[in-house]
Amino acid sequence: MTSNAHLLAIDSISKAFGGVQAIDTVSFALSPESITGLIGPNGAGKTTLFNLVTGIFPPDSGDIRFRGESISGKAVHELVGMGLGRTFQNVELFSSMSVLENVLVGLHTRTSCGIIGSVFRTPRLVKEERRARERALELLDFVGLADLAHQRSSDLPFGWQRLLELARALASKPDLLLLDEPAAGLNMGETDTLGELIESIRKHGITVLLVEHDMALTMKTCDRIVVLDRGKKIAEGPPRTIQSDEAVMAAYLGKPK
Amino acid sequence: MQEFLQYFFSGLTNGAIYGIIALGFSMLYRSTDLINFSHGEFVMIGALSMVTLTMTLKIPVIWAFFIVVFGVGLLGMVFERLAIRTVKRPEPIVLIIITVGASIFLRGAGMLVWGKNAQSMPPFTPHPPLDIAGARLLVQSIWILVIAILIAACLHLFYRRTLTGKAMYACAINKQAAWLVGIPSKMMILLAFGLSTGMGAVAGAIIAPVTMPAYDMGAMLGLKGFCAAMLGGLGSLWGSLLGGFLLGVLEAMGVGFVSSGLKDATAFLLLLLVLYFRPQGIISAASVKRF
Amino acid sequence: MIRTDKHLIACFVFAAAATATGLLVENAYYLQVMIFIGINTLLALSLNMLMGYAGQISLGHAAFYGIGAYTTAILSTTYNISPWLALPAAVFTAMAIAYFVGRPTLRLTGYYLAMGTLGFGIIVNIIFREWRSVTGGASGFVGIPPLEIGSFAFDTDRRYFFLVWGVVLFFFIICRRIIDSRVGRALRAIHDGEHAAAAVGVDTAKMKLKIFVLSAAMASLAGFLYAHQIFFISPGTFSFLASIRIVTMVVIGGMASIWGSLLGASLLTLLPEWLHAFADYEMMIYGLVLMLVMIFLPQGLTRGILDIYENSRKKNDK
Repeated sequence: MTSNAHLLAIDSISKAFGGVQAIDTVSFALSPESITGLIGPNGAGKTTLFNLVTGIFPPDSGDIRFRGESISGKAVHELVGMGLGRTFQNVELFSSMSVLENVLVGLHTRTSCGIIGSVFRTPRLVKEERRARERALELLDFVGLADLAHQRSSDLPFGWQRLLELARALASKPDLLLLDEPAAGLNMGETDTLGELIESIRKHGITVLLVEHDMALTMKTCDRIVVLDRGKKIAEGPPRTIQSDEAVMAAYLGKPK
Repeated sequence: MQEFLQYFFSGLTNGAIYGIIALGFSMLYRSTDLINFSHGEFVMIGALSMVTLTMTLKIPVIWAFFIVVFGVGLLGMVFERLAIRTVKRPEPIVLIIITVGASIFLRGAGMLVWGKNAQSMPPFTPHPPLDIAGARLLVQSIWILVIAILIAACLHLFYRRTLTGKAMYACAINKQAAWLVGIPSKMMILLAFGLSTGMGAVAGAIIAPVTMPAYDMGAMLGLKGFCAAMLGGLGSLWGSLLGGFLLGVLEAMGVGFVSSGLKDATAFLLLLLVLYFRPQGIISAASVKRF
Repeated sequence: MIRTDKHLIACFVFAAAATATGLLVENAYYLQVMIFIGINTLLALSLNMLMGYAGQISLGHAAFYGIGAYTTAILSTTYNISPWLALPAAVFTAMAIAYFVGRPTLRLTGYYLAMGTLGFGIIVNIIFREWRSVTGGASGFVGIPPLEIGSFAFDTDRRYFFLVWGVVLFFFIICRRIIDSRVGRALRAIHDGEHAAAAVGVDTAKMKLKIFVLSAAMASLAGFLYAHQIFFISPGTFSFLASIRIVTMVVIGGMASIWGSLLGASLLTLLPEWLHAFADYEMMIYGLVLMLVMIFLPQGLTRGILDIYENSRKKNDK
């Protein structure tokens, strides 16, 4: 840990697309091993913020620091190496590969075998491959898919694909896990399982940032909630305060006239 | 100076051709997000059938021109209907292989129909070349320049003023949304193919008198047209035309002042440089993505 | 791992079959055809690594094939250097060129790579044709020496047969090992979704460049084998049509299938031999085959036919 007590610090970032100010001087920070929810009505700028943090595009102004180090100018795969894992809103698995192989790709940054290594199969790399497989199976076990390791990933039902994507993201051993609407398309039972999983992910020392529509999940699992509306942060605090916050009510339900 | 002007004229003429071919690439890309690797072969078919119509069948140039453009446009639509729409998973790699397949197929067909020898035909109008400051300008070159600019202007109006043009553009942005507001996107893609290949035929028809067309001319022209489109920004209409002129002039200067072996290498080197440094094109502004 | 074991057994059976063929076949013509099948298999395999597994197309692969052939021809004939020293030079030249061409183009998506490699292939062919003082121009390059180890020369078709198929077998094993490793998984991940691959930490640009360079090296090796078998090379062998022929082999045999490369290469080497009138229709046939396979059997002939068979069985069961 650096002297900075926050794992991720977002410092007054802004981003505009053409004339639309998608993110307007937003700041907040995540303390280690917390679960933070990022909510807001449609078009509030959640996805933009998510893409900024995962390095898809840079902010126009402001800075994002991960473990005290600015992420600007870093490629997406470098951020993964630094300890930033993510999932996708629309589940993007490697469809031609098996469930196990998907997780093994997730272990890419934690393994080192190159082309030459793969040809010669030195004892060290054979061992690495065996460890990787064990680790991948552990992760599949963690999300409850170990029995399906050799199925094609595209054959899984949608809810399980979500879990597989979670296992794949965890494989890179992230310090910070960013989940983009993980409950979208899940039924209530599946959402509950997901909530428990997120809870136990935190227990493993991983900080979670959750961008979510599902209020019940957010309120139940998050320690803190950040509310965005039209690109601005309008509230931040523990779920209880957010629930009774007037600005939040107004943003979601419309202002009483 | 005289020498420079001579190279400049020849560059402009070739550039106009590259520009029209680039327009074909750009407008198809703009409407369907697809690059047709067989585009150059439609240019070849346009040129060779122009020769056949005017020389063998003795049809007047003006009629032959419209028959060729219309016929090749139709052929392009048949191609779309048979080989593009039937694809189950329209990923780039699949579409590339299919259009490359079409390209090879058409070239082979061209060889069977017209043989391996180059053909020739006289210019559209039998004037002697003009003398401008000591440099010769072929009358056919003037035809080529005028037609190139006319085509670009018509396309511009088509996209700006007509409902079909706007609808076609809407499809490119969001197929599903376009479908929801009642635009038949399948029709639009078909039409885009027809227009794009028809444009290729225009390029072929107008260079037939100056290039000695042969069955294997398509690949190089297609590649250069694509290079021009990349220079101008793929999807940009005026950018494509300007990119064509830029490539044509640079190529002519390279041949004239450096070495004639450079001619075909110029386009490729430019293409690599553009791909590397400015994939959005050097003419269109960076923020303007597809217009 | 299980898959690798199966593959090893298959390789063993294949090696036994190849050895038997090499020993039993007496007809020089058949041996020669099989040598060309071997060289084409290596070519198809090289492109399959790039196109089938990593999903990146090259429409100028014959250029690397030609670079291998011309480098060894020039070094071993013009400069009298031992072919065994020319071999690393040929492979290295192809790799270096692939690196510089691949760097700009591979950062971009499919269409640009395809167009970039298409242009590259055409330009390289122009160089073979125009640089007469070095390459012999359009009429070709003659007098390439045979390969020798000490006093043992690979100068009979039978000896060359074993050399070529030994190399092919070696690359079957190598390629399978790469595909089943961390690198292979990353490549297939790029094929399935480049964004998702980057988001789990794969340096997609670097990975694509690596496989492009490897693929160029293999194609160059095939060119080396070709030059020392036929002793004469000309630009026509490495033209745009030759690149398309390699793409067709991969597509017919099946993308992302190592054994498919063997099937595709065999078919496309044998067809012109069998069909007498083939030459005139060659381009039309390739074009038609590419379109038809991509539309109806995008997985290639091997997998496609298996799928059809399984589907019809399922229907019958119902």
